[in-house]
Amino acid sequence: MSRAKTISAPFTHAITSVPRTMLLVMLALAPATAFSLYQFGWPAIILFFIIIGSSLLFEALSLLIARKPVTPFLLDGSAVLTGWLVAMALPPWAPWWIGVLGGFIAIVFGKHIYGGLGQNIFNPAMVARIALLISFPLEMTFFMQPQPLFAQQSPNFLQAMDIIFMGGINIDALTSASTLTQIKVLQFDGQSIEAATGLVSYLPTAMLGVLPGSMGEMSVLSLIVGGVFLLALRIISWHTPVAMFASMALIAGIAHFFNPAFHPGMWTHLFSGGFVLGAFFIATDYVTQPVSNSGRLIFGAGVGALTFVIRAYSIFPEGVGFAILLMNAMTPLIDHYIKPRIFGRSKSGEPLASEQLERGRQ
Amino acid sequence: MSTDAPDYRTIIADGLWTRNVVLAQLLALCPLMAVTATATNGLGMGMATTFVLVASGFSVSLWRGFITPEIRIPVFVLIIASQVTLVEMGMNAWLHELYKVLGLFIPLIVTNCAILGRAEAFASRNDVIPSMVDGFFMGVGFTAVLVVIGGIREVLGSGTLFFNASLLLGEHFSFLETVVFGGDYKGFLLLILPPGGFIVLGFLIAFKNVIDAARVKRATAQALDHGAEPTQERAA
Repeated sequence: MSRAKTISAPFTHAITSVPRTMLLVMLALAPATAFSLYQFGWPAIILFFIIIGSSLLFEALSLLIARKPVTPFLLDGSAVLTGWLVAMALPPWAPWWIGVLGGFIAIVFGKHIYGGLGQNIFNPAMVARIALLISFPLEMTFFMQPQPLFAQQSPNFLQAMDIIFMGGINIDALTSASTLTQIKVLQFDGQSIEAATGLVSYLPTAMLGVLPGSMGEMSVLSLIVGGVFLLALRIISWHTPVAMFASMALIAGIAHFFNPAFHPGMWTHLFSGGFVLGAFFIATDYVTQPVSNSGRLIFGAGVGALTFVIRAYSIFPEGVGFAILLMNAMTPLIDHYIKPRIFGRSKSGEPLASEQLERGRQ
Repeated sequence: MSTDAPDYRTIIADGLWTRNVVLAQLLALCPLMAVTATATNGLGMGMATTFVLVASGFSVSLWRGFITPEIRIPVFVLIIASQVTLVEMGMNAWLHELYKVLGLFIPLIVTNCAILGRAEAFASRNDVIPSMVDGFFMGVGFTAVLVVIGGIREVLGSGTLFFNASLLLGEHFSFLETVVFGGDYKGFLLLILPPGGFIVLGFLIAFKNVIDAARVKRATAQALDHGAEPTQERAA
């Protein structure tokens, strides 16, 4: 005999929520972040927490000004994740005010100006990176050879405070250009790019993450692990990253085939700079990418192609941030034209005739 | 309106605040973005535009009986263009340094929609004196916004205020040239670039809306306190 209570439809079961998604993305980012923090030592760790702290602070202030409930929005993890991505997009030994300004631009100009979480047109972390890159090109391209934590040359905690807060970097010997910067310099000089030091053994070193770069440009391997984790949990769909990799591989491969002295090879393009980080963690932002799967394929292909064009032909050595922002601007257009077919209707929105439905059933 | 005595209080309030060219009408944004990288450039541009607004208000109002509606736009443009040309030549002769800085944007005052807008909306329907007063205060309101935006962008973007003011106002005013952040202030380049103009303008418009909302609220509260009907504050 059944004594079950009658409960009426509709039934929904929602495991997804904003805090859960944010937490899982952070979990996926954790290996790459831990590796980068280890590689760059105390200055990077201090900067990392400065950026996340300032993001939370500006989030709380923005929520207060907008008269929104502070605690639930602050604890949903979105501000932490935004700050985290800003940290991944900055040079690891940047001065403290770059970090605070980055948190401010991302949270206030990137997000709350548009009305808060889910309303922004552009990815907040990329807005912060690009605004800082344009305003402070010197500080934003200050890279150094990795100095693993506890290694002999690695600064201790007090020296790190000095570097971040007082600009006390007098160890010029440690600074170094990223591979993309070396390539850009050689391209400008009209020389063959094969002289770039990183290119010879590029693939293994990029995989391991021992080349100079931003925090999120270090270990390709750990970024891919994080990306596959997100794909497996269906936090992100495969369309955007795969389209990005495919279009970049295709264009870079063709360009390298015809002019190897000017264009670096496919693997260099794919695994250098912020391309992997952008493909898995930034371009896949729910808010700023198209909603349909075919729209995401176009979006990803556009990001890949624009990144190649900017890297090869602009004055900037790296173009992932610009490319993502430009395609973010295209997203409403893509969503306008690429609409999935509604069930029971044709592509143009007309109801399907009954014989068509019959044919479909057979 | 022309039959009644002109309400100068309203004209002045409209020009300076209620119907401010930039903050309420969102006109003349092109010169606003282009020249407000420093407060001095904003001031120079604002003064030139004010002069044209007064002069075009005078001419359009004077000839409004002869200008038939069908051809009014070309005639307004002709009047404004000839006056802008006068301003441009005058600045080239007497304020040559500033002329070089503002460059193309002086002839482009012709295309400033605020001027054509005032000719169409006010000067062609009102007497000469009110039209000139309207042009003057619209121009002053515009200039004030240009100077404020230019000042904010200049202080944050390059750490100075009223840089090169002596080029515009003469050597006596070189005391205006201030270095706000000296030393190794590197400058926030984003604010000098066009995005900075949009960001600062957005904040100013939001600021005006907040003030207007507070004023309406206060007026309503006062009216209720006195037991009278709430008077409708003129909203922007």
